[in-house]
Amino acid sequence: MEENKTLFAEQTEELDLPVTEEVETPAVEDTEVPLDRNVKLMSPTRMVVRRFFRSRLSIIGLIMVVGLFLFSFVGPLFLAESMHTEVIDGVETEVYTPNNGKWGEIELDESGKVDYATSEYTYEVDGVTYTVRQTTENQLKDNFLSPPSKDHILGTDNEGYDIFVRLMYGGRISLIVSFIAVFLITILGVLLGGLAGYFGGWVDDLIMRISDILMCLPGIPILLILSTLLDASGIDAKYRIYLLMIYLTLISWTGTARLVRGQILSLREQEFMVAAEAMGYSTGRKIFKHLVPNVMPQLIVQMTLSLGSMILYESTLSYLNLGVKAPYAAWGTMINIISTNQDILQNHLYVWVPAGVCIVIAVLGFNFVGDGLRDALDPKARR
Amino acid sequence: MFKYIVKRLALAVVILLGVSMIIYFLIRLMPVDFIQSKIDAISRGGATVSDETVKAMYEMYGLGDNTFSGILKGYFNWLGALCRFDLGTSFVHQAPVADIIVEHMGISFAIAFIATVFEFLIAIPLGITAATHQYSLRDYIVTVLVMIGISLPSFFFGNMLKDLLALKLGWLPPSGLVDATVMQSGMELLLDYVRHMVIPILTIVILSIGARMRMTRTNMLEVLNSDYIRTARAKGLKERVVINKHAFRNTLIPLVTSMAGLLPTLFSGAIITEQVFALPGIGNVALDAMNRGDIPFIMGYNMFLALLSVLGVLLADLMYAVVDPRVKLE
Repeated sequence: MEENKTLFAEQTEELDLPVTEEVETPAVEDTEVPLDRNVKLMSPTRMVVRRFFRSRLSIIGLIMVVGLFLFSFVGPLFLAESMHTEVIDGVETEVYTPNNGKWGEIELDESGKVDYATSEYTYEVDGVTYTVRQTTENQLKDNFLSPPSKDHILGTDNEGYDIFVRLMYGGRISLIVSFIAVFLITILGVLLGGLAGYFGGWVDDLIMRISDILMCLPGIPILLILSTLLDASGIDAKYRIYLLMIYLTLISWTGTARLVRGQILSLREQEFMVAAEAMGYSTGRKIFKHLVPNVMPQLIVQMTLSLGSMILYESTLSYLNLGVKAPYAAWGTMINIISTNQDILQNHLYVWVPAGVCIVIAVLGFNFVGDGLRDALDPKARR
Repeated sequence: MFKYIVKRLALAVVILLGVSMIIYFLIRLMPVDFIQSKIDAISRGGATVSDETVKAMYEMYGLGDNTFSGILKGYFNWLGALCRFDLGTSFVHQAPVADIIVEHMGISFAIAFIATVFEFLIAIPLGITAATHQYSLRDYIVTVLVMIGISLPSFFFGNMLKDLLALKLGWLPPSGLVDATVMQSGMELLLDYVRHMVIPILTIVILSIGARMRMTRTNMLEVLNSDYIRTARAKGLKERVVINKHAFRNTLIPLVTSMAGLLPTLFSGAIITEQVFALPGIGNVALDAMNRGDIPFIMGYNMFLALLSVLGVLLADLMYAVVDPRVKLE
């Protein structure tokens, strides 16, 4: 709790302490009851939590986000490979089932599929036209584009992968990648913004000019170039997206840095900083123990909201076939197929709509939570 | 004021220099044999990349010379050409990059401009009602709807609209800019353009309303809490007058300022939307160029975007001072 006190030191000051909540007391005439019995003091953290949960939208957002997390991280656990003993012909045998009898991320359904192709030929013999219609039956190896069934909850895609299972693995990638990106952006932003705000002068000028330059770099086009670079260096398809997101953090820390810098510029003039100065604290301690915690509320809001935009970035890259590439799954990659295949776009909605819905749920969830946090953490909010 | 503008212009030049350095060194990181293989692929694809074009590019960017002085020389060579508005010759199109940008910019601009007009027309009234009815059901519904709009990925939503409105219902053409199968002229042609642009513009508008509406709402709430609004109400003015005359006019300040920031969006092209609807806008052309390794075009396009952003920021700052007399520029 010690930490939280410093965290909200600024907020509580502005809030006309003590923050009180009426406790229902029986209407007794006993006026001897001391005041603090009627009044319950709330810690700033509890107050924020209360205000957060008062908004229905934040609760809905939280449910969406938590639901997706469970779906992507706990879901695949039910697909883990397993060994169990079974009695076959009177002998106990160890039976190995990959993916618990369900489908894996890159496991093709090779149960086969019969495909019919019809072709027509027209002959003209003695002025009479004959039309021969020929239907060929093809026995294909993979069971692709099978509609939702008991075997495949959401059907299979154009290659024969199980869509439902790939949604889980795709969610893992999207969520992990965006968390890493936001985490790195925040570290870089706090570090550089903190330095710029605290020291001012040429340090501030230098960092802010760099951030000006980075802000004017076009986002997606630069990532396209970087992606081509990755192609040229022949990196493994599995790690591409991580590298791309790291590049992305290198150019997107500017927003966070500006936020931190602005806050620190106003905070460093305050009395508690004079006190910290008088105590002879080291610069690092002043920045990271006294200034940064006071920026935390805004920082948390910013982080939550940028999680949503990072998921959008990641899925856009994957949609352009620049991020996660087949056979590995990502939500954007799963939608990519419709950019070239109009038949799937029109007739096999189960292939691409679920992935899109997942993206929307994730982004919307983080946006709702971020908005709720903003309102809850805003010391000026009276509601 | 004059001093401020000069200072900002100098800063803009510094920013552009920085951006050009980053873009140049990114391209320089590409292995030469990779570039060669891309050029070969373009040649196989039908377009003939003449040796002169390739040689000119190697010369212009100083490729192949990986010593420190070679890289520096290449950079300044390229920068010098940039200053003369010479962006090189595109491999894929076999024409000067600047010409291609200008040629395809019109379509992107038309789409973005119409979309922006609709965006403002819809978002501002929504923002005002949401603010004047804060925390009411109306506010909730508007907020949730625009939040959904913000959260939609453009490639997903664009394809959904395309599938529903064009392919399933057949109301509108699914892609392209004109129907190439029929000869059209005059009004007919114009109408055909409009029909092709409805879905892309709808996509862009729905995705972008959110940010504008929330901005209007926040500003309106701020204004509504100020003293002069209380004075206006105390004078006994009608609520309608208070909102439309006193409050809304002051909300316009940040809205007008943000318009200058729209400059890059107007001219740079919506890459994803144009790709989804196969529109020959600048964004789609650039995406194609990047996939095919058309290096002169990639560099030219990126510098063009950077220039637009720099101008956008500069204009926004200046507008701010022009629109709001309370702002003093130092």
